[in-house]
Amino acid sequence: MTLNPELTINFSPMHRLQWEEVQQKDVILYPEGMVELNQSSAEILKLCDGSRTLEQLVTALEEKFSTSGLTNDISNFLEDALQNGWIQQP
Amino acid sequence: MAGSNNLKITPPRWLLAELTYKCPLQCPYCSNPLDYSKHSSEISTKDWKRVLTQARKMGAVQLGFSGGEPLTRQDLPELVQHARTHGFYSNLITSGYGLTEEKIIQLKEAGLDHIQVSIQASSQELNDHIAGTESFESKKQVAHLVKKHGYPMVLCVVIHRENIHQMTQILEMAEELGADYLELANTQYYGWAHKNRDLLLPTKEQFEEAEVIAQAYKEKVAGKMKIYYVIPDFHEDRPKACMNGWGTTFLTIAPDGVALPCHSARDLPGLECPNVNDYSIEEIWNESKTFNFFRGNEWMKEPCRSCDEKEKDFGGCRCQAYMLTGDMYKTDPVCIKSPDHHVIQEALDSARTSAFSNDEKPLIFRNSKNSKKYS
Repeated sequence: MTLNPELTINFSPMHRLQWEEVQQKDVILYPEGMVELNQSSAEILKLCDGSRTLEQLVTALEEKFSTSGLTNDISNFLEDALQNGWIQQP
Repeated sequence: MAGSNNLKITPPRWLLAELTYKCPLQCPYCSNPLDYSKHSSEISTKDWKRVLTQARKMGAVQLGFSGGEPLTRQDLPELVQHARTHGFYSNLITSGYGLTEEKIIQLKEAGLDHIQVSIQASSQELNDHIAGTESFESKKQVAHLVKKHGYPMVLCVVIHRENIHQMTQILEMAEELGADYLELANTQYYGWAHKNRDLLLPTKEQFEEAEVIAQAYKEKVAGKMKIYYVIPDFHEDRPKACMNGWGTTFLTIAPDGVALPCHSARDLPGLECPNVNDYSIEEIWNESKTFNFFRGNEWMKEPCRSCDEKEKDFGGCRCQAYMLTGDMYKTDPVCIKSPDHHVIQEALDSARTSAFSNDEKPLIFRNSKNSKKYS
């Protein structure tokens, strides 16, 4: 299972992404479990709303953080996210 | 008691709401206390809402609605809705018995996130025998409906000597039912399971064979179904890190409102477990004698006290230490460093003798009659 660059990416409906006030962190919630996210992982996942491909996601994040060269980091993280079932492609 | 005063207290993450001890099933390994019939009172809808609000404010985020059978509480959808409004991730831990499609839809609309359905075996005959109730076909139907309505589903099968030979069929059944997760929960020997241990504890050979089958299947279904394998601690040489450490993560509220650091803790002597009708969750978690009792490691005896693994497994399970040695401060006898480790071998030997004998005693099923008789 690898990311298809032609297809959009959406967050899995079997998981929930949520800000936790007490922990001051975004977390992924799923049956009887939780993953705490660092800020950059959370920013990537929040943009997985089914409207962007990998390339469009990289562009959006590079614009948001006024930087460049994020392709490898983002694509590596999303490959892991796909393996973990956090994201999907149609 | 110990519980050092300058210890940093972490907030609860997991709230187990045991809504009721009522259950249509009679599983002989039930984790409810043997004397559950003595604790038949149930706190009100209003009390539960207050508990949920207070625990959520402290940082609890995973919420299990459990029991008994939580579906017997008519206010379940109302409680689910309250939990969703406050940002909990709600898990319904159910036998599936009596769960209609209408209820599944109603709970989804109320904001329920996940349903865990238990099945007792892969065949109707054995399932219905272990459950003590004809329920196999309706459970399978419920599993289909849970997936039909878009919930993630955990299928939970408690493993013991009566069904461990069905491991392959259990795995196939879970895949066929479309489970997202299969929890293969080796029986933990507390409460009713402790009472029936000679009849439930599998032999080492049975465990090893079943584990090989489950591990191989894990690879086969990778990416489709996750398999959680709850270890059989009687066959380990180190104890489990029980509850991730006492009073660090888990908070259980029993049907009568008693707050517990784990669901067996009310069997421990002298803990004076507080009730949510007398104290707030914050007071209970931070200040109560019960929740501070085994926090940190000041309370430990040898060999735990000087052990370099004490931060890893916290000396194992207090309830198991108490149940098997009569002293809740001792090292969990599962640990091979424990001077009491022989009691584990004796339990295994006794179960093996029972397994090969021609006149095994019958299982003691979990019901009110037996609860009154054995408490």
